[in-house]
Amino acid sequence: MALILDLVLQAVQMVLVVAVAPLVLGVTRKVKARLLRRVGPPLLQPYLDLRKLMHKEAVLAQNASWLYRVAPYLIFAATWVAAALVPSYATGLLFSWSADLIAIVALLGTARFTLALAGMDVGTAFGGIGSSREMMIASLAEPAMLLIVFTVALVAGTTQLSAIATVFSTGSVGLRVSLALGMFAFVVVATAENARIPIDNPATHLELTMVHEAMVLEYSGRHLAMIEAAAAVKLVLYFSLIICLFLPFGIAGPDAGVAAFAFGILAYLVKLIVLAVLLPIGETSVAKMRVFRYPIFVGSAFAAAALAVFLLFVSQGF
Amino acid sequence: MDNKLLFDVAHLLAGSMLVLSFLLLYQDRITAVINVFALQAVALALSVAWQALVQGAPHLLVTAAIALVVKGFVIPMALHQIIRRLQIHREVEQVIGAGPTMLTGLILVALSILLVQPVGEVSIYTREDLAFALAVILLGLLMMITRRNAITQVVGFMSLENGLILAGTGAKGMPLVVEVSVAFSVLIAFIVFGVFVFRMRERFDTVDVSALDRFRGERRDTL
Repeated sequence: MALILDLVLQAVQMVLVVAVAPLVLGVTRKVKARLLRRVGPPLLQPYLDLRKLMHKEAVLAQNASWLYRVAPYLIFAATWVAAALVPSYATGLLFSWSADLIAIVALLGTARFTLALAGMDVGTAFGGIGSSREMMIASLAEPAMLLIVFTVALVAGTTQLSAIATVFSTGSVGLRVSLALGMFAFVVVATAENARIPIDNPATHLELTMVHEAMVLEYSGRHLAMIEAAAAVKLVLYFSLIICLFLPFGIAGPDAGVAAFAFGILAYLVKLIVLAVLLPIGETSVAKMRVFRYPIFVGSAFAAAALAVFLLFVSQGF
Repeated sequence: MDNKLLFDVAHLLAGSMLVLSFLLLYQDRITAVINVFALQAVALALSVAWQALVQGAPHLLVTAAIALVVKGFVIPMALHQIIRRLQIHREVEQVIGAGPTMLTGLILVALSILLVQPVGEVSIYTREDLAFALAVILLGLLMMITRRNAITQVVGFMSLENGLILAGTGAKGMPLVVEVSVAFSVLIAFIVFGVFVFRMRERFDTVDVSALDRFRGERRDTL
């Protein structure tokens, strides 16, 4: 019985992240449009887009291999599993004990690798340029991400996300400049990974500076729907990580009652919406960067995360 | 718990000085560099004032006040005025590039932490302050050698001196006379630098110190 209850709680979390992902995307698009004095699409437009793409015919290039057809499902699956591992509304969910933060980074790395392969599969120039840039950004962002993992792991004493959220939400951490640095680095990494301004513009097609859209340019129909859904889930995943690591208040404990779980879900949704409003505000206040500026920008995240680890070493000793 | 909070705030203030040192390395606009330097001086003043509270040494408050007024306001304002009068406030400089410079900076921070780590028999405040101070000093030196503009070199020197004061206040029992004389010598050095910058501008029409190399008999093809 207890196992069934655990499975239900885990299923709620898995359904929640996928169900809410297009809405979060819709909120960011709406807020961005309003900031640019446009009316913008309705909030539910991403759901309609996905439905439309699902019903359309999937056109394949003549020389597309099996990889090209499998990649969208692989990407979505890896991203979804990673999102299911992040404690969103409650700690101690069933799956969260099977993998830690490093496994999540690895899952996201797998998804990115598959996407880069798929981008090069058909052999168009745009796919190749997108894949090569994606790999360049990844080679800068992933070390920074791992250093952020080390930072929170040094503070909390574990890399297990549930345990980290428990430690942080009870507030026994004290004042830590390292965590502020880690959060700055994480925001930069999340911007780079989710293809947002200033690294990449999610709203353009056929522009020489695009990265993510260049890789998926050849996709159509249900394949494109899977990729777009995966991108939305990835955004929610990074928001959830920010919430879980840096704003974990209101999260329910492992054996809480129904009321606590309901409050946890409500708090999680409110925090998601707040982040989805903050993201376009940040995006409209900066300009898109030149490609050659990426290493310095993402490198500053690496420097900040490394500094955070160093500061922890000074205060805690080896 | 109270003791832990005292330590955490000291750690926060000294740590933010180090972070601001990195920000100095990252900036490539002169006005931004001066603003970050002013911010670092404010962080230094707060850190010293906190040390005064922790150590129960009221004379450190005088040091904090000197740091806040002289380095947080007077020197940055003077620097702003200099760059306005020299018409170089829009200049951007890239010497080695922020990436390699920051990597070198990280190595220097790791080095200073490793150097201070074996120092035993002192309180954790002192050890931490020494590590941060050494790192700030080394980063100031790094800034002085990677920049070509005379103004940003001055800022590097001043930030190095911030590290010296941090080290001095972390160790217990530094007399006020020493601090006052250090503050005055920095002020004198600043005036000398100011005269130097104006003379240089008058003579060579630039504040790029590589212009001096030709007059030392060194050949420099790129100017």
